Amino acid sequence: MRAAPYLLCVPALVLFAGVVIVPLVMTVLLSFHDWGQYKGIEPVFILKNWQEVLGDSYFHEMFARTFRIAFFVTLLAAVFGAPEAYILNRMRSPWRGIFLLVILGPLLISVVARTLGWALLFGGNSGIVNKALMGMGLISAPLPFMFTETGVVIALAHVLMPYMVLAVWASLQRLDPQVENAAVALGAGPFTVLRRIVLPQVMPGILSGAVIVFALAASAFATPSIIGGRRLKVASTLAYDEFLNTLNWPLGAAVAVLLLLALVAIVWGVNRLVERRYAQVFA
Amino acid sequence: MSRNGPIALAYHALFVTFMLAPILVVCFVAFTPEGYLSFPTDRWSLRWFYAIAQYPEFISAFWRSLWLGAISSAIAVGISVPAALAIARYRFRGREALTALFMSPLMIPHLVLGIAFLRFFTQIGLGGTFAGLVLSHIVVVLPFALRLTLASAVGLDRSIEHAAVSLGASESVVLRRITLPLVLPGLVSGWALAFINSFDEVTMTVFIAAPGTETLPVRMFLYIQDNIDPLVTSVSACVIAITVLALLVLDRAFGLERLLIGRSAGHGR
Repeated sequence: MRAAPYLLCVPALVLFAGVVIVPLVMTVLLSFHDWGQYKGIEPVFILKNWQEVLGDSYFHEMFARTFRIAFFVTLLAAVFGAPEAYILNRMRSPWRGIFLLVILGPLLISVVARTLGWALLFGGNSGIVNKALMGMGLISAPLPFMFTETGVVIALAHVLMPYMVLAVWASLQRLDPQVENAAVALGAGPFTVLRRIVLPQVMPGILSGAVIVFALAASAFATPSIIGGRRLKVASTLAYDEFLNTLNWPLGAAVAVLLLLALVAIVWGVNRLVERRYAQVFA
Repeated sequence: MSRNGPIALAYHALFVTFMLAPILVVCFVAFTPEGYLSFPTDRWSLRWFYAIAQYPEFISAFWRSLWLGAISSAIAVGISVPAALAIARYRFRGREALTALFMSPLMIPHLVLGIAFLRFFTQIGLGGTFAGLVLSHIVVVLPFALRLTLASAVGLDRSIEHAAVSLGASESVVLRRITLPLVLPGLVSGWALAFINSFDEVTMTVFIAAPGTETLPVRMFLYIQDNIDPLVTSVSACVIAITVLALLVLDRAFGLERLLIGRSAGHGR
């Protein structure tokens, strides 16, 4: 029965070969096709789209913005999400279960609905966030959140935060509380325990959470589109415009393929780094 | 284990406020009696919930999303079961590569998948059709279905099957009476997680849905792009209510932690 496992995989394999691999290859080919306002897509092999995407300063700026937003989202998620996972882990039941549900639950709520919530909170100069900040005396004039990178970063950090909490939470489950107790017994203060015992052990969790959050933030579509509006373009909203408004599919395909390649390179690089740095932890 | 101090609890309160604020705001604004976006202060009204009935495109998009999620998740589970059994029970050449391939939709940005499907379906004549939506959703929810069916297939105690065989059961009887009932909880939770992910998917679907085959999240997204008014908050409030209800049922039935921790592991790999 040496063929048995292959036969069992046939349905999934047929689906993936036909509906994933073929379309992806077609998209890569599409990025080399020519396009004109009147002639439409011409199936030739040219480098025009790639030269434009790689050479034009408009695209440089747009990709820089995309990765800048993704970087700050990842930073916010790590700085605020990791401590929260630690606090959650120290809670007792039933609070632990309840708050885990409250914090991870939003992951399953529609991204559009969650982003709409931020649009309402930011809402121009009279938004609730600005009113609250001015009420507390933190700012004197309303800050612009809608249609700015700041607004997109905050909303995306909210949308992706559960992934970070989840990743750190998972690595905390493997932590032996006796090690912390031993450190305390040997006279370490709570800050020392956090810095020397807990942090080094959850660092792989934070990094794997960061990779997930970064990849999802760089390719996010609905949130930058709603909060960023039509002017603040990122890679995904630009590709959407090329496909459904300008109809320059080859150029849109080049943007999407470049985004995919950049993400694969970054994720692979970080994973390599993590594996080398934490080889002893995983071993 | 030591307890959280007052600073930690204050931080926790702020964090939970941050996580819940946008969701609660949507639900509050949905009850406004005014014709514009505002917080209901002294009067609450259901007028914007009644108003949904006047927009049949939201209603039909809702039913379409429901069917799409149910059908594509069921097919994804159906395809996952044999694959999960193969991966869990056999050591064969290419096993790792196949697993990585089946999990790949988690790693490929949905934006790229949406573009690839748009190009592919337009070429083969499935552009803007419900069949195209089903095919694409099967692909993106398959990793969730596979992960949970795989977990239950790996956890299966094979001595029960061996006992059945030694008592004279044929191979098909073992499969029907022993193996499938034992992996059933994994199938059901895999279907549920797949359904939720299909129901929420917007980034990929926005590329391949045409007028007439728009799903609810796509309809909401396109509506918000034009203008934000109380109507879309009441639609969102309904979606949030349904999701929270499903969440509580899922948590009771399977434990949300198990569903989600299983879910997150693949992203990092």
